[in-house]
Amino acid sequence: MAWQSLLHRLPPVSVMIAGLILAIVVVLVIFAPMIAPMDPRDVSSYSLMDMEIPPAFMEGGDSRFLLGTDNQGRDLVSVILFGLRISILIGLGAVLFAAAVGVVLGLISGFFGGVVDSIVMRFADVLVSFPTILVALLISGIARAQLSADTVLLWAPVILIFAIAVNEWVQYARTVRASTMVEVARDYVRAAKVIGLPSGRIMMRHILPNVMSSVMVISTINLAGAILTEATLSFLGAGMPPTYPSLGTLIRIGNQFLFSGLWWIAVMPAAVLVILVLAVNVIGDYLRDRFNPKLMAR
Amino acid sequence: MTNTSPPVLDIRNLRVEYPLANGSTLTAVKNIDLTIQPGEIHALVGESGAGKTTVGNALMGLLQAPGKIVAGSISIAGKPIDVRTGRTEGIIPGRDVGAIFQDPMTSLNPLFTVESQLCEGMLTHLNISGREARARALDLMKAVGIPEPERRLGSYPHQLSGGQRQRVVIATALACDPKLIVADEPTTALDVSVQAQILKLIRELADARGVGVLLVTHNMGVVAEIADRVTIMQNGDVVESGSALEVLTAPKAPYARTLISAVPPIDTRLERLPVPSDETKTTRKARDAVRRNSTKGDTARTGDVILDVRNLCVEYGRHSLIPGRKASVFKAVKDVSFDVRRGEIFGLVGESGCGKTTVANTIAGLVTQSSGDIDFQGTALGARRGKSVRQSLQMVFQDPYSALNPRLRINATIAEPILFYNLASTAEQARQDARTLLEAVGLPAETGTRFSHAFSGGQRQRIAIARALGPRPSMLICDEPTSALDVSVQAQLLNLLKDLRDLAGLSMLFISHDLAVIRQMCDRVAVMKAGEIVELADTETLFTAPKHDYTRELLRLAPSLDRILCNESNATSLRR
Repeated sequence: MAWQSLLHRLPPVSVMIAGLILAIVVVLVIFAPMIAPMDPRDVSSYSLMDMEIPPAFMEGGDSRFLLGTDNQGRDLVSVILFGLRISILIGLGAVLFAAAVGVVLGLISGFFGGVVDSIVMRFADVLVSFPTILVALLISGIARAQLSADTVLLWAPVILIFAIAVNEWVQYARTVRASTMVEVARDYVRAAKVIGLPSGRIMMRHILPNVMSSVMVISTINLAGAILTEATLSFLGAGMPPTYPSLGTLIRIGNQFLFSGLWWIAVMPAAVLVILVLAVNVIGDYLRDRFNPKLMAR
Repeated sequence: MTNTSPPVLDIRNLRVEYPLANGSTLTAVKNIDLTIQPGEIHALVGESGAGKTTVGNALMGLLQAPGKIVAGSISIAGKPIDVRTGRTEGIIPGRDVGAIFQDPMTSLNPLFTVESQLCEGMLTHLNISGREARARALDLMKAVGIPEPERRLGSYPHQLSGGQRQRVVIATALACDPKLIVADEPTTALDVSVQAQILKLIRELADARGVGVLLVTHNMGVVAEIADRVTIMQNGDVVESGSALEVLTAPKAPYARTLISAVPPIDTRLERLPVPSDETKTTRKARDAVRRNSTKGDTARTGDVILDVRNLCVEYGRHSLIPGRKASVFKAVKDVSFDVRRGEIFGLVGESGCGKTTVANTIAGLVTQSSGDIDFQGTALGARRGKSVRQSLQMVFQDPYSALNPRLRINATIAEPILFYNLASTAEQARQDARTLLEAVGLPAETGTRFSHAFSGGQRQRIAIARALGPRPSMLICDEPTSALDVSVQAQLLNLLKDLRDLAGLSMLFISHDLAVIRQMCDRVAVMKAGEIVELADTETLFTAPKHDYTRELLRLAPSLDRILCNESNATSLRR
């Protein structure tokens, strides 16, 4: 009986596979410097002599380079591992930043209502009427024009996080605002008001924990979106520089050689990107269904 | 009963089970027998979880999966129903059994006119034309007493009042001439005056059409008002069954006796409601501690005015931003004045929408008055109020299920205001205070480590009271504190609130729609109607010699247990 109920509670196979993939990715990313055969940031560790070698399983492949090398002779396994690291870092950063801003503004909007709510929400409406990519391009473009090349190189991840989060917080703010308005009308919040607790404390201690589950669900789904947006920006050349490539930058580099028959330079990082985003989305969908109050009754 | 026609409903040995996730089964209904003769109203009463609604749902084919009928037989109007599949497959809801649900706001589809909802069932189940259906619909509208039936057929549900809507629901239930109607709490969502009309209508229809009615309710007053027979259920079992007169006046089973004695009487005031006392050695010790803590207001004498409300007006709605344009304003409270004295329980009573909750919210600071003065212990209360005022004015809310933060442990919930007002020097001390308060309201101190979902409605309301007592208030606002609870739990809570008043010298503003509860609790009462106080008097004076017509009307219509004696003679004479 016990194992049957346990089996009943387990998520579907697709979700478990996605979870496994994510776990592997996390381990790879954390231990990338130890796992990777070479350090792509160290110019001395690779040589132009090894450039454009196909993957090991192909004719002309080299057993040292499992997925082949790029146009500078860098091992693709190593660049992809480090690229993955940067992509996930920027994705997480953007999600956390957007969540922090969106949750706070959503709480304030929903709790106070009235004029405050109108101002925040109309601002959000205006912001989301611009396409995410356009805003992100604009921000990283301005940053490039205003700052010196070295600063841009150093601050590229931060600029990207900001550029992506600028549009993403709106979704958090709207969701949190709606949930907050529901909670504010409930008696435990009214009781906290009658007790005399200050508004900030009611929001953080009483309302926030009760709206957090929807924030978690949006975050997972948005993480996939943020990783994709970063890849798009880097692919367009407005993201990570080729010296510190993210997956998007790698695809951009590979794109130049796609028609010279060197397909693996673009396809390998692209495949990793697809698998990563797919895994995150599968888990996000699962969480959304789990936390959906309408489906919860089962 | 001298008729030879078969009973409209005959249930034998009905058993309904719900298989649970952990492999065991919950028996919601255990082998019950029930017979309803034509024209008879049979009340099925019990507290929540007794299984009374499950019986009604089983009859209408509305049993929620995985619940199923595992044993027993049902026959309707002499026709046996197949229950072998676990459902009442043979019953066609609407044709064989008509249904009246609790909330007329949700039991009609807002997108269809009254006519189409009435005719829908007829066109499906009876072999008649649209023209005939319309004619029948018109007859039904007349039968249930809706004014201008012709015009009302074309109305949408939102254009009707709550009472009219429930009349339409009853008409829908009657549409296909069923022999049996299941009415599940048909008047619980309605005000007393509307409730009285609907009950009268159900009685008349049962008599005139010979329809049997299974009336599922928790309200003993409703039973006394119209039922012929009563079955009392507890935990899925029938505890007692018999004629309404016998069961209500001389119940035999011990549970039936407790249940009936827990109903607060409207015509006498009892010192305490007769339910088992929750006072034990631990609660007594804890209450002594609460008393010691609350002696800060010792300079004030009992009888001084603590709260003085003068010409209070509250308006809802927005003022138009465009100058010269008339703002749409709803006046919820109009020119209300009263005072509450120290150690007194002051009652506010009225039907839904009369503004009594708005008055409470305004005094508690959840709503700001548009004009008028509230003077509390010498401080004028407005939108902004100081910490000491907030501390001495606490509130208990109506719905115990939303009154506690589901993410906080009970200890943390109760300790929060204690810490906030620096009434305890350390967190450990505040937790100790929380435990004492829990014991004082009759809950074991160990339960404080649990979350709110582990508690029943009555227990949650006790926790909410403990939280309100934490800041050591001098006044407690209780907004319908027991209206969501079962009658025996209500009796315990009312006793608890009285005890607390006596021991902490609390003043209370007690809001209720239930006149019987008001009579048991309050020293003085104000009756509100449409935002105004129509009568304010001592409780005894108000109930024995009401001056205003509206008060008299409310008192006349309130369903009461004791009225069954005089009712019985009327009813039997009516039926002849």
